[in-house]
Amino acid sequence: MNKLHLSKASRVNFATYAMVIAAYAVLQFMGGAGILSATMRGQLVPICAYVAMALSLNLTVGVLGELSLGHAGFMSVGAFAGAVAAAALPIPSAPLRLAAAMAAGALFAALAGALVGVPVLRLNGDYLAIVTLAFGQIIKSIVENLYIGMDSRGLHTSFLENRLTLREGGLMILNGPMGINGINKISTFTAGFLLVMLILVVIFHLVGSRTGRAIMALRDNRIAAESVGIPVTKYKLMAFVIAAAMAGAAGTLFALGQNTITASKFDFNTSILILVFVVLGGQGRMWGSIIAAALLTILPEALREFADYRMLVYAVVLILVMLATNNPTLQGFFTSLFRKNKRKEAAGK
Amino acid sequence: MLVFLNHLINGVSLGSVYAIIALGYTMVYGIAKMLNFAHGDVIMVGAYVCFFAVSSYNLPPLVGVALAAAVCTALGILIERLAYKPLRQASSLAVLITAIGVSYLLQNGAQILWSSNIKMFPAFFSSQPIALFGGELKITIAAIVTVLACVVIMAALVWFTGRTKMGKAMRACSEDKAAAQLMGINVNATISMTFAIGSALAAIAGVLFCSAYPILTPTTGAMPGIKAFTAAVFGGIGSIPGALLGGVLLGMIEIFASAYISTQLSNAIVFAVLIVVLLVRPTGLLGKQVREKV
Repeated sequence: MNKLHLSKASRVNFATYAMVIAAYAVLQFMGGAGILSATMRGQLVPICAYVAMALSLNLTVGVLGELSLGHAGFMSVGAFAGAVAAAALPIPSAPLRLAAAMAAGALFAALAGALVGVPVLRLNGDYLAIVTLAFGQIIKSIVENLYIGMDSRGLHTSFLENRLTLREGGLMILNGPMGINGINKISTFTAGFLLVMLILVVIFHLVGSRTGRAIMALRDNRIAAESVGIPVTKYKLMAFVIAAAMAGAAGTLFALGQNTITASKFDFNTSILILVFVVLGGQGRMWGSIIAAALLTILPEALREFADYRMLVYAVVLILVMLATNNPTLQGFFTSLFRKNKRKEAAGK
Repeated sequence: MLVFLNHLINGVSLGSVYAIIALGYTMVYGIAKMLNFAHGDVIMVGAYVCFFAVSSYNLPPLVGVALAAAVCTALGILIERLAYKPLRQASSLAVLITAIGVSYLLQNGAQILWSSNIKMFPAFFSSQPIALFGGELKITIAAIVTVLACVVIMAALVWFTGRTKMGKAMRACSEDKAAAQLMGINVNATISMTFAIGSALAAIAGVLFCSAYPILTPTTGAMPGIKAFTAAVFGGIGSIPGALLGGVLLGMIEIFASAYISTQLSNAIVFAVLIVVLLVRPTGLLGKQVREKV
């Protein structure tokens, strides 16, 4: 019996990587063969961005165990910081510029995460959720009142009203409530795929490490974890900031795949949408988040034939799925099914 | 000084609407320990029902309000029965997502039924404000009615939860459901009752809100819903006087912030104050400090 024995966790991790790579290969092939419809091709980058968002929120909700209702706020910070960076940085190569913009987006979102996290992570449960909601609203208000322009002297910013006087040849990048217009679309499906893979590597390594175990111990029982000497704030903050940085990079990816972005794109509804991906996919289950995010991003498109009714159908599907997955009879049925399989396995040995 | 008084009156009036909505949140949270995100959309439904009753069927405004309250009560009980009751034992996140699903359902249902075109809510009260001090201090009748309604509702609720059998059952359920059941309280009926009261209040709040801000669309309820929810947390979620205090304070902060600091940033300031309050008093202004037991 020299078969390589892998723990269940690493088998799941490898299966997740394999799933993402296979999906990328198939979609890339279909795109090359021209089978993919134009709307579908347009959806590829947003799907990657939402998958990345779902993974990042799953780190907060599933691994750290704190409910965040303002995750779109970090996406917003990343989107605007990244888009400004992409417009301002004099890097001729598009992939490099995208990478630099994503790094900038992740950095700014991580800063925002730390800024919010330090005071806020002392709260627990629903109160933390409300504060993240409030934070998301504040970010939206701030971005809506921010004006950024660039000319030969460098970047200029103005708050509340547009007081920028740019030199000749200057460019207005962020125009308050109008957002950023005429974005150079440099995000590609490959970049999105790489970002998702990178996030998966980080999350799986984190979860498998000593740090990850400390974070999950906090989730399972904060008082017990504290009493064995785990510094609560440090680990909570670490997970929160990492999740924020990932959301920032995802925001940049999303923004650089659009013509126009405005602050209202990243409002409370977006935060909720991402939370829906995480809950439907299963808390702490990364492959679940990926599938849920991808399917639910396509679903409104797929429901096109229902036209006006599509969001209604979406809502009904959401409620029914929640009712079905939490139905004790169905749950009992599935656990008994799995148990039978396990018994068979045991008998086979 | 008079300008300040004017803002104060506007703030208290807006805050009273938030307080009435916040009551629905806080009662449901107190008893079912769930954040009922669909509450904001019940407000919108109430406003639409009243709008059609008054403008299409020419019913008197009071009948319109009563009708709206009746429809919303039925809607609240229906939502609770169909969507939340099967999830009594489920995780709070599952219930939260279901509530969000219900919220989407109401918004999109309203859009299909009544289209997303803006409806101008009819003015029930004379738009001529009462002018005091030689016309420098203006009080609209809508503002007076709103504040009065809020005071009456609050007094009625304090009486109801403190003195009646049903109200006592409600408080017992919010303290300990299992023990309440052992004492012979019908927990399910009590929870339904809470939803019914909360939804009826939402209908009234919807009409009052639209009397002050007469633009009615399927998403009208979303923002006051979020703000009222914030108000409930601000005052200490689960506490009825807390909802009043939180609502009124929030309304005042919003009006003062937009009058004296910046209109665009008023929302940001409201939420920033909330964060500061929660950091100083993590369970809200009047919330009970729960000591953790190991």
